[in-house]
Amino acid sequence: MKHHINFSVNGDDYSLAVDPWRTLNELLREDLNLTGTKLGCGTGDCGACTVMVDGRTVSSCLTLAVSVNGKSVTTVEGLAPSGEELHPIQESFIKTGAIQCGFCTAGMEMSALHLLNNNPEPTEKEIRAGLSGNLCRCTGYNQIVEAISVAAEQIRDSEHEKEER
Amino acid sequence: MKRFNIVGTDVPRTDAEAKARGTAIYTDDMKLPGMLYGKILRSPLPHALIRNIDISRAASLPGVKCVITGEDTPKIKYGNWRLFPETQDEYPLAVEKVRFIGDEVAAVAAIDNDTAEEALELIKVEYEELPGVFDVDSSILPAAPVIHDYCPSNISVNRKIKYGDIEKGFAEADYVREDTFTMQSVSHAYLEPCSALAQVDLDGRITLWTSTQVPYIIQCLLASTLNMRENDIRVIKPFVGGGFGGKMELRAWEFCAAFIAKKTGRPVKFTLSREEEFLTGRRRHPMKIRSRVGFKKDGTLVAKDLRIQLDGGAYNAMGPTATFLCGNFGAMLYRYPNYRFHGEHIYTNKPPASAMRGFGAPQSLYATEIQMNLAAEELGIDPIDIRLKNAQVSGDKIPDVATISSCGFIESIKAVADMSGWKEKRKNLKPGQGIGIGCYSFISGGVFNWFNTQYPFSAAEVRAFSDGTVHLLTMASDIGQGSDTVLKQILAEELGLNMGDIRITSADTSMTPQADLGSWGSRVTLMAGNAVIDAAKKIKERLFGALSARFNLNVIHEIECKNGRVQAVTRPDYGLTFGEAVALVQKANRGEPLVARGSYTPRGKGLVTPAFGFGAQVAEVEVDRQTGLVEVKQMWTAHDCGTVINPRSVEGQLAGSIQMGLGYALSEQFVMDGGKTLNTSFVDYKMPTAADMPPSQVVHVDTYEPEGPMGAKEAGEGLASPTAPAISDAVYHATGYRCMDLPVTPEKILEGMKKD
Ligand code: FES
Ligand code: FES
Repeated sequence: MKHHINFSVNGDDYSLAVDPWRTLNELLREDLNLTGTKLGCGTGDCGACTVMVDGRTVSSCLTLAVSVNGKSVTTVEGLAPSGEELHPIQESFIKTGAIQCGFCTAGMEMSALHLLNNNPEPTEKEIRAGLSGNLCRCTGYNQIVEAISVAAEQIRDSEHEKEER
Repeated sequence: MKRFNIVGTDVPRTDAEAKARGTAIYTDDMKLPGMLYGKILRSPLPHALIRNIDISRAASLPGVKCVITGEDTPKIKYGNWRLFPETQDEYPLAVEKVRFIGDEVAAVAAIDNDTAEEALELIKVEYEELPGVFDVDSSILPAAPVIHDYCPSNISVNRKIKYGDIEKGFAEADYVREDTFTMQSVSHAYLEPCSALAQVDLDGRITLWTSTQVPYIIQCLLASTLNMRENDIRVIKPFVGGGFGGKMELRAWEFCAAFIAKKTGRPVKFTLSREEEFLTGRRRHPMKIRSRVGFKKDGTLVAKDLRIQLDGGAYNAMGPTATFLCGNFGAMLYRYPNYRFHGEHIYTNKPPASAMRGFGAPQSLYATEIQMNLAAEELGIDPIDIRLKNAQVSGDKIPDVATISSCGFIESIKAVADMSGWKEKRKNLKPGQGIGIGCYSFISGGVFNWFNTQYPFSAAEVRAFSDGTVHLLTMASDIGQGSDTVLKQILAEELGLNMGDIRITSADTSMTPQADLGSWGSRVTLMAGNAVIDAAKKIKERLFGALSARFNLNVIHEIECKNGRVQAVTRPDYGLTFGEAVALVQKANRGEPLVARGSYTPRGKGLVTPAFGFGAQVAEVEVDRQTGLVEVKQMWTAHDCGTVINPRSVEGQLAGSIQMGLGYALSEQFVMDGGKTLNTSFVDYKMPTAADMPPSQVVHVDTYEPEGPMGAKEAGEGLASPTAPAISDAVYHATGYRCMDLPVTPEKILEGMKKD
């Protein structure tokens, strides 16, 4: 028996029928062709599939599609505000060399977004702790940690500017 | 040091934006109209004869479009060592026999994953179980079960190296010691599980998109296993989520995707699960290393006798190369006037071991480095001093192997000793605190595996256009290490263009010039880099000729490509934009496109490699003497990779190596129960997280490799070796426990401290 669900992804509304065992990861990647979110393990251990549901990060490989009924999902494709512009997190990941093979990147960026939303001025230790659910096999994490602190600064600076204006 | 404009700068990766946005397409992201989903049935037994396979129920399940077993295939064995057909020991799907838990037995393609999965359960295989062997000692016993009929001894490769006079060397020694080391097996643990998608065109030709490091090897081996011509197969490497040596062979799912696509006429995709990756995937060789070394009283090395047994698992995979290389690495770093090596690659009923970052070096150099420290202590010499005394230098010859053309090893040792405050700390740390050293040398690509083919080692094609842009085509494979960016940097430098002026097509075997052996053995920067320079020089020749004619330049004028222009060096006003110069060449040739091909083949460089990288690393640790837990406080690295083409990339490689080395030293290990891999998830296979990473400091020693493109050589793979011995030595310094059998675990430390 399929279930009918209504939900939004990156601001777009969807309404469709899904099997009760279908995961959010399958819903995004297979049904909506939003393949920016990756699948590294399928068991909640690597963080490559991390997305936001109503402002909180979840492992999309462990989340059932039916559970996002009525909710709003943000994926890496929704991170950049619009068109050409990049989110400061994306910009700093590119600049600092935090991306090698890129397979962990979407999950890392979503975890970084969650971290900075809750803690705009994280210490290095807090950043490392915030990434403890995201595995990377290429970078040794250092440039990712650097990217997140650069992004934090960037975001704080632009908030300041906004306030001053 | 030579000055460059683009080489040596932190140019951001050219693929980074697509990856940051989530728009970079990896194999499993792709879908084609009518595509089928494939799954593989694997052997649950480590060693058994296949008596019967009944696929009837699976084949009649609605939604199942194809089920195949080994009997349906052409039954052609394959293996990467095509030059030595006797080493090719693997069928794409098992024929008559399975040899490890996970051996591929049958494949299914269905309209969706769930149906394919269900069909696997409906395949009935009758096995007759055979006794298995799970370690090298039992495998070589005369009465041991034979794993491959062609190889009754279970020893599939014997490799010997010998130079000098080993007996005489030991006779001259004042001090001789012999030690035995063993190493565990570890996983590549790349984040992207393997995936392959095949499509067949109207003429029956095959296109395969696959997560691989070696598109050309896949093309050749797929052609041979399918009984097709090489050029009827097109292999395209999309973005790849890491490889580390684990994606460099033809694998069953690549074959099955292509074979079933041909059979059904529909595209077929196979993607492995993480559990399959861990349970059955390739891994680093466990080794047993016996090493005898002789020294003079003053610490001068006089002889080394090295015996290595590699636990190869059920098939050769890249084991023959690892056997070859670990013997070569055993002769590196220090001057051994008399050297003997005997390596044996031994079959066991376990998942095949294969290439993994360092390719025999992490094991071999662990033994070298720990043994150096053991000897230093007995001889009363500081570990740094004994290394400086014996270190290889530029110009050293390794008999039958190579002449080391550039070597910053001594500088690296000195730099790392300085940075870490070695002299002070080695004497004065508190109990529980320790400092230790490990060093490495590594190849910049192999010569041994390619020298008697008709192909160059690397090839490049450059097309120049009158709008001032160029298109670079190369089979070199970016698997996340950043080779597309580095090759563009080299081309931009050579042609005086910007990164944005260059389009690159890489690793599509139907478009990019033949051939390239792929990304492994740290070959890409040096070999593909040289091929790119060769092509660029030919383009320049044509442009310079045209410019010379256009401005009626005196023949002695030097001409250059700089800042998007082609101009006389001393009279830049005698010049044109790059695009204008291209147009001029084309006009002069009545419209013929301006294209040049370049290639690289090492000559007179021996059979191992054209150039070696070197380096040294120091680790500082603190060990909790109650629990045996090790905290790595700091890493210092000094290394010699020749010209640094992209500093951030090199630093990223280094940090990634430290992560892997840290895991190899302390936490990563396949736990086996006979032939069964027990830890098959990231929860049970412990690789370091962001919170586990120590702070790290690095210096690049300034050297210039004459054989390398703009002076560059290997960076990043050699660094997989020094971390484990450095940490292990630091643990010894902190606790008195000397680890001879990796990994260094808390239990072993506590046990070892008791013995003290
Ligand atoms: S894929 Fe979801 S945590 Fe790994
Ligand atoms: S960049 Fe490859 S896994 Fe993180």
